[in-house]
Amino acid sequence: MRDEVVANMADVMVADAAAKIRGYLRENMTAFQDVELDDEDNIFERGYFTSLFAMQLLHYVESTFDIEVPDDYIILQNFSSVRRLADMVGELKASAGE
Amino acid sequence: MSDTGRSDVIARARLFAETELAPRAAEFDRDEFLPQDVITKMAANGFLGASIPTAWGGLGLDPLEYGELTEAIGKACASTRALLTVHTSIVAGTLLDLASKRLKGKYLAALARGEKIGCFALSEEGAGSDAASVATSYIRKGDSFVLNGRKKWISFAGVADLFLVLASDNGVPSAFMVERDMPGVRTRPMSGFLGNRATHIAEVEFDDVEVPAENLIAGVGAGFGFVVNTALLHGRYSIAWAGVALAQAALEEMCSYATRREQFGVKIGTQQLVQKMVADTVTNVAAARELCRSAGRSLARRDADAATETIIAKYFSSTIAQRATSDAVQVLGGNGCWSGYPAERLFREAKILEIIEGTSQLQQILIADVGYKKFARKA
Ligand SMILES: Cc1cc2nc3c(=O)[nH]c(=O)nc-3n(C[C@H](O)[C@H](O)[C@H](O)COP(=O)(O)OP(=O)(O)OC[C@H]3O[C@@H](n4cnc5c(N)ncnc54)[C@H](O)[C@@H]3O)c2cc1C
Repeated sequence: MRDEVVANMADVMVADAAAKIRGYLRENMTAFQDVELDDEDNIFERGYFTSLFAMQLLHYVESTFDIEVPDDYIILQNFSSVRRLADMVGELKASAGE
Repeated sequence: MSDTGRSDVIARARLFAETELAPRAAEFDRDEFLPQDVITKMAANGFLGASIPTAWGGLGLDPLEYGELTEAIGKACASTRALLTVHTSIVAGTLLDLASKRLKGKYLAALARGEKIGCFALSEEGAGSDAASVATSYIRKGDSFVLNGRKKWISFAGVADLFLVLASDNGVPSAFMVERDMPGVRTRPMSGFLGNRATHIAEVEFDDVEVPAENLIAGVGAGFGFVVNTALLHGRYSIAWAGVALAQAALEEMCSYATRREQFGVKIGTQQLVQKMVADTVTNVAAARELCRSAGRSLARRDADAATETIIAKYFSSTIAQRATSDAVQVLGGNGCWSGYPAERLFREAKILEIIEGTSQLQQILIADVGYKKFARKA
């Protein structure tokens, strides 16, 4: 029972993170990108962002979710879609015991 | 370190710059050589680890304080300031942000204490602004990576012990720390530059250089999006302050000259056309310094906008440095064109800032993109 509550809380956390990240990405897409952003879309492969934006995303997730992304997580793949970003945030929050 | 301790560092840097660097800067420039004693003194004073936390052997200055230190050194000697840009800001700063604990342990303290000198090897004959197109290659081989290729225009490569190298494996960019002593590393000095002439610029060749896997920075594939961008963020912050430094130096030259030189029976500084150049420089220096400070505060808070603010500061500051140093040459007239005065050297140094760490055109592209994102009304 307790495990289920914890698991649900984790789901809520990831969903909340996904919503924030989606908002941030939408805000930062250029005026020339008039597209709907899907949570599974690879934002770099689809050309919505260049990899220049990756570091800004790293700073964004670290400051918004108060986490430190360990060096072995710093690969483009983990930052490539709303889903992957939210999962990574959830995982790092969980491993920090929150 | 206490606040007083840190302001002492900046005071010490100013004194060092005025007494040890400024009187010799013209000689370094003419000889295209920064002597070892200068590098040793920069290290002994702790300046080469100025922005690195004390836990790693640095002085632990925050970005604003480090900016002031960069200005102090850069005002006296652009080539010595370039050592801070490359070694401290780019190499040590990137390791601090992105390297594993093990890699930090291996190199960061030695870099902070200046026992080892680091340089940043990104550019190649065919990869300048288009940095992602590097042809230097790496392949995995057991517990190591093997690097092959050639880098060009690498500041301090002539004397560096460590190279932060960007390479690609069929389009997957990764970054590595490479030691000069690793078999297959060769450097070839380059000379004849417009500015930054004493920065031991060299070509670097990697011929089947075997690098241990632990020397990979962040993950495989993190080379461009993370490592190069982090390196350029730190580099651009340093160049932004370097622009303030050169513009401030130019301002002091033009004001000193205009208040002494007489033509037509009056001091030239009383002429309104000269006053315009002075007024514009005073204003531009003040504005550039504030942009640098604002970027510094953002960096200290690790704001997501820090990169954008830094790009704006770098672009503005290098642009006005070019203008201010050109106006200094103008105010000094013939003396401005002669190496007996520093104005011509400042002028040459300022041009470099519009090229390195991303040319002004590349900054304009990035800034315009920010403009569209922030200011285009959403339909
Ligand atoms: C003194 C000095 C020190 C250096 N130190 C280092 C170092 O330590 N490490 C290192 O890796 N590199 C170093 N460099 C290299 C430097 O980073 C490159 O020179 C710089 O990135 C520009 O590349 P490029 O020279 O190939 O010019 P190019 O990229 O060929 O650019 C030439 C011109 O075309 C313009 N241009 C290019 N693309 C575009 C575009 N898309 N839109 C508009 N305009 C464009 C540029 O703005 C520029 O005006 C150094 C260079 C100098 C001069």
